[in-house]
Amino acid sequence: MAQMNMVQALNSAMDIMLDKDSSVVILGEDVGYFGGVFRVTEGLQRKYGENRVLDAPIAEGGIVGVAIGLAVNGLRPIAEVQFADYIYPAFDQIVSELARLRYRTAGDFFAPMTIRTPCGGGIRGGQTHSQSPEGIFTHVSGLTVVMPSNPYDAKGLLISAIETDDPVVFFEPKRLYNGPFDGDPNKPAVPWSTHPKGKVPDGYYSVPLSRAEIVRPGKAVTVVTYGTMVHVCMAAVHRAGIDAEIIDVRTLVPLDVDTLVKSVEKTHRCVIAHEATRFGGYGAELSSTIQEECFWHLEAPIQRVTGWDTPYPHAFEWEFFPGQHRVAAALEEVMKH
Amino acid sequence: MARIHKTVTGDGFLAKQPTNKTLLDIHRRMVRIRHFEERAGKLMEDGKIPGALHLYVGQEAVAAGVMVHLTAEDQITSTHRGHGHLIAKGGDFDRMYAELFGRSTGYCKGKGGSMHISNMDLGMLGANGIVGGGPPIAMGAAFANKFRKSKHVAVAFFGDGASNEGSFHEAANMASLYKLPAIFVCENNGYGEYTAQANHQAVVDVADRAAGYGMPGVIVDGMDAVAVYEAAGEAIARARKGQGPTLLECKTYRFYDHVGVRGMGLNYRTDDEVKKWMKRDPIKLFEARLAEQKVLSKKQAEAVHAEVLAEIEAAVAFAEQSPMPDVASLLDDVYSTAG
Repeated sequence: MAQMNMVQALNSAMDIMLDKDSSVVILGEDVGYFGGVFRVTEGLQRKYGENRVLDAPIAEGGIVGVAIGLAVNGLRPIAEVQFADYIYPAFDQIVSELARLRYRTAGDFFAPMTIRTPCGGGIRGGQTHSQSPEGIFTHVSGLTVVMPSNPYDAKGLLISAIETDDPVVFFEPKRLYNGPFDGDPNKPAVPWSTHPKGKVPDGYYSVPLSRAEIVRPGKAVTVVTYGTMVHVCMAAVHRAGIDAEIIDVRTLVPLDVDTLVKSVEKTHRCVIAHEATRFGGYGAELSSTIQEECFWHLEAPIQRVTGWDTPYPHAFEWEFFPGQHRVAAALEEVMKH
Repeated sequence: MARIHKTVTGDGFLAKQPTNKTLLDIHRRMVRIRHFEERAGKLMEDGKIPGALHLYVGQEAVAAGVMVHLTAEDQITSTHRGHGHLIAKGGDFDRMYAELFGRSTGYCKGKGGSMHISNMDLGMLGANGIVGGGPPIAMGAAFANKFRKSKHVAVAFFGDGASNEGSFHEAANMASLYKLPAIFVCENNGYGEYTAQANHQAVVDVADRAAGYGMPGVIVDGMDAVAVYEAAGEAIARARKGQGPTLLECKTYRFYDHVGVRGMGLNYRTDDEVKKWMKRDPIKLFEARLAEQKVLSKKQAEAVHAEVLAEIEAAVAFAEQSPMPDVASLLDDVYSTAG
């Protein structure tokens, strides 16, 4: 068992899979010689060569399209899109081709590939380096959408993503790369070495897809969240002194509905939290699913804590980011009933 | 600037004379496409095929002249006008009509339809309802060949319209950068949907765009099957030798509308223009050549047409009699495991 931050854990996952399976290849902008802007692919080209870890032009549609052509031929490409904000030029290839190849060929062929992409705010990246576009992809049938919240899950989920025969869009909350950020920018940064999920096995293991995790058991209210907001919610719950059950969704689609439903049937209250904007966001789907499944168990209207319905504002990073106080306010609201 | 492939129509001389067997093979592929499409158009008009069809009639020399060089392991990506590519790649009429009819016996069990018909065994990665969707995927297929050190190639078919899409340019850059065993075949039929080429791009020759990516660009008469055969042969041989991609522009014409079966009386092109191109009907041109070279007499050609027509009638009957897919299959094949 080693101490790893999320960057090292993701790197370890790809190192293991490149070694274990000769059909695994990596392509993306700056991923080879340079090692990636966040260092996630550092050293992999040196170790596995230019045929396995490829530098691609800044052409996201081309990168994803080429990865599809590789994947339908039995390779297992990992395409890196350098920031989730850069994924839109590849949107057509992801939605019109990747997501539906299996369906439109009635299973004749499919593309087992992973698109890794760093997402989320909290790094003063402004409008085009801070977005959380997961809800755009959860709406597309055929895609598996994953967002880990810690190094242990990041490695195990990435290995599962590479191994599954379905296409995966794998969002990496970049604010969590180096530590479990709890939403308070004024506190000194905390490294992963102080967190239990920073303990990561050196070798192969996997964390199953489509399985949510209860990261804090409780009885008073269910908090459904993922990514950076897992840590923000933990801190908010701790501060409010409420016995909340916190669920880290981990795989957004296909969703582990059972874990959510069982929890809300127990607590009768639910708060949903994500960094992404609110209207038509993934939280709306979570809310609707829980309402449909748990209506007669609910004691209070479901609350959503989200980013505002605006582009990510440079000047108002911490007003936009749904920090602890907004989570606390939602918790108080559901506890009134 | 792009190199113009010397057309050989009427000069009776070929640098690399295809064998009689190859000429007859090309001829049969063209005839198969023509009659399949004519019949499909009628079936659509009669309301038997749901949805709209983009017919390949007029462009047969391109599909046949390229595909005769390929094996099933050489993969292609196609376009919304994709029936011709699949037929030339060895597509089976039964399963093709069944797919157009939306039957369970179709290539995609009815889930693809005309614009998304595909078959991995034949190396046909799909017709595509998205203009420009195919080229990046074809480059991935070419890359897989390079990765595995095989001699197979991948061919991306696309139109003059798609050559304005970013996807084409991204694919062209990557193909040349990685020296992929690939061929870009632009079927320039003069129109991007309903807009004449002069109104949608400033270049006259799409092949000129090859220069921007450091690959050869070749212009060829797309109504002349032998010219296409020759130029495609060179490009494919080059790719197999590991010398990288080529952009081959075939100047051609669709005899029918963008969608459907009207040819004349359209408000975006003149009947005179259509008639001019129809005088150079690729099948008639080719049959005249074959007759002159005593490879195929008029009578023998008629026999080929009759055989193909009989096969088509049987295939249409097969499709009509095939069952609809079970509605329970609606939810199948979204993910690898049932939801």
